[in-house]
Order: sequence, then structure tokens, then C-alpha cells
Amino acid sequence: MRKSWWKILSFLLLVYTIIAGFLADVPRLFILNETIRNLYFHVCMWMGMMVLFTLSIIYSIKYLGKNDYRYDIYAKNYASVGVLFGLLGYATGAIWANYTWVTDQGQSLGAVLKEPKLIGAAIAVLIYGAYFVLRGSFIDMDKRARVSAVYNIFAFAMLFPSIWIIPRLVGSLHPGAPGSDSGNPALNYKDIDSRLRMVFYPAIIGWTLLGVWISTLKIRLELMKEKSLLHE
Amino acid sequence: MNKYFGRYLQRICFTLLMICALAFSSFAQNQPEMADVMRSNGKIYVVVTVCLVILIGLFLYVWRIDRKISKLEKNA
Repeated sequence: MRKSWWKILSFLLLVYTIIAGFLADVPRLFILNETIRNLYFHVCMWMGMMVLFTLSIIYSIKYLGKNDYRYDIYAKNYASVGVLFGLLGYATGAIWANYTWVTDQGQSLGAVLKEPKLIGAAIAVLIYGAYFVLRGSFIDMDKRARVSAVYNIFAFAMLFPSIWIIPRLVGSLHPGAPGSDSGNPALNYKDIDSRLRMVFYPAIIGWTLLGVWISTLKIRLELMKEKSLLHE
Repeated sequence: MNKYFGRYLQRICFTLLMICALAFSSFAQNQPEMADVMRSNGKIYVVVTVCLVILIGLFLYVWRIDRKISKLEKNA
């Protein structure tokens, strides 16, 4: 175990998230009912994904500056765990939407399929999927590292319009759209109850640290595998 | 030092036990049902326990992988 205090912190925060997340008092809202507790799980996946993608782009930029192959490995693995978190966020969101938008709000399938937040999130995750396709298509190592580092910057930049901006400009069922009178539904103080925040913020930190931990494991394995290349 | 600590521990344990006993006896007076924690409140505590078991299992797994990698790093 290396530098393990934050791994223990992650564990403790997630234990707290599950206990308080299921048992603590939450606001009583129509349609949402108890599913408001998904805030501690579904939303945290996206927050964790953003942090992991941010780490990934930082290492991509570092690679472009220093040409150290190590940074390329960092960037790749942070991005891959970020995509995993994104897919988990998408899957959990689909379940949540099924029981709130479709069943209880009576939205048609057409309305859900037109949902800009879903389309935007799908585009964002697919762009990162293309990052791995791009990586796989190079034989030359240096070229792969350089081109995919540049592409990673583009992919990160595309996150903002597709997830954060466009769904907030057009009509959307997802919280945060115009009409639901809120900016960022997760971070707006007027929108989110203080009881929710007590669990929500620790949950974000806990899930994110877990993602970082898994990424570092992947990175360390790959660094060992590529040892011959790194020390030439 | 150790003796004092032991005495404290005894006292704390005894108090906790008394509180538990009181809590359960008050339950028992109201209903015939055996109302221990895992059966109360629509059995939500069962769900919490299941999720905690999964979480702990996952963390143990990741922790073991971490240790294995650390060992490999040392040997390499």
C-alpha cells in the first residue's frame, strides 16, 4: 500500500454515504419521492468523471510539454476510468429516468429520446470512446502519445458544451434546464437542500477518490509493463 | 494506567448495555413483535447492511490488488 490515508478516507466517506444516504432525512418531493437519494450515487458518478477527465487532460498537457512517456500512461488510464464512471452515470440515470420521467411524469418515449442532457452526455462519452480508438490506431508510440494528447484536449473542451451548456439552454426534463429555475442543480444553493448537501459533498469526494485509486492501480501496472521503454 | 483504562471501558460498556436494554424493553411493552434493529422501519437497515457488505467487499478487493502491485513493484 502506498500513501494510503486518502484510500482509507475514501472508504470511510463511502461507508458514511451508504449509511446516511439511505437513512438520513431527505426533502419530501412529488414524483421524486425517495429517489432523491440517487443524488448521492448517480450525480457523484458524473462529478467523479469530471475530476478524472480533468486529471487526464492535465497529464496530456504535461506530456506535450515534456515528452515524457509516463505522462501519456497517466492520461490514458485516468481517461479510461473516467469513461467507466460516465457509463455508470448513464446507466443509473436511465434507471432513474424510467421511474420518474416515464412512469410517474407520464413522459412519452419520444420526449425522453429527445432529451438534450442524454444526447449531450452520450456525445461526450462517445468522444472519449473515440480517444481510445485513436490511440489504438497508431503503431508508432511517440506519434500515438502526441496525437492522442492533442485529441484529449479537444475531448475535454467538448465536455462543456455537450454536458454543461447546451442542456441548460434548451428545454430539458433533467434538473438544471430553463423552467426548472436553477443553474447547476447539484451546486446551486437554492436548489439543493442542506440535508442533502451533508451527504452529497462527502459522497462526491468518496467516489472520486475511489476512481483515482483504481486509476493509480492501472497506471502502476502499466508503468511496470512498460518499464523497458521508460528506462531506455 | 492500564487498570484505569480497563475500568473506564467496563463502565462505558455497562452504560451502553443498559441503554440498549432500556430501548428494547420499551419496544417490547408496546408490541408483541420482536422489534430489533434489523426488522424495524420497513427493513431498510437490511438494505444498508447489504450495500455495506458489497462496498466492504469491493474495497477489500481493490486493496488486495494494490498490495499485490506494491509487492511486484518491490521485486521488479
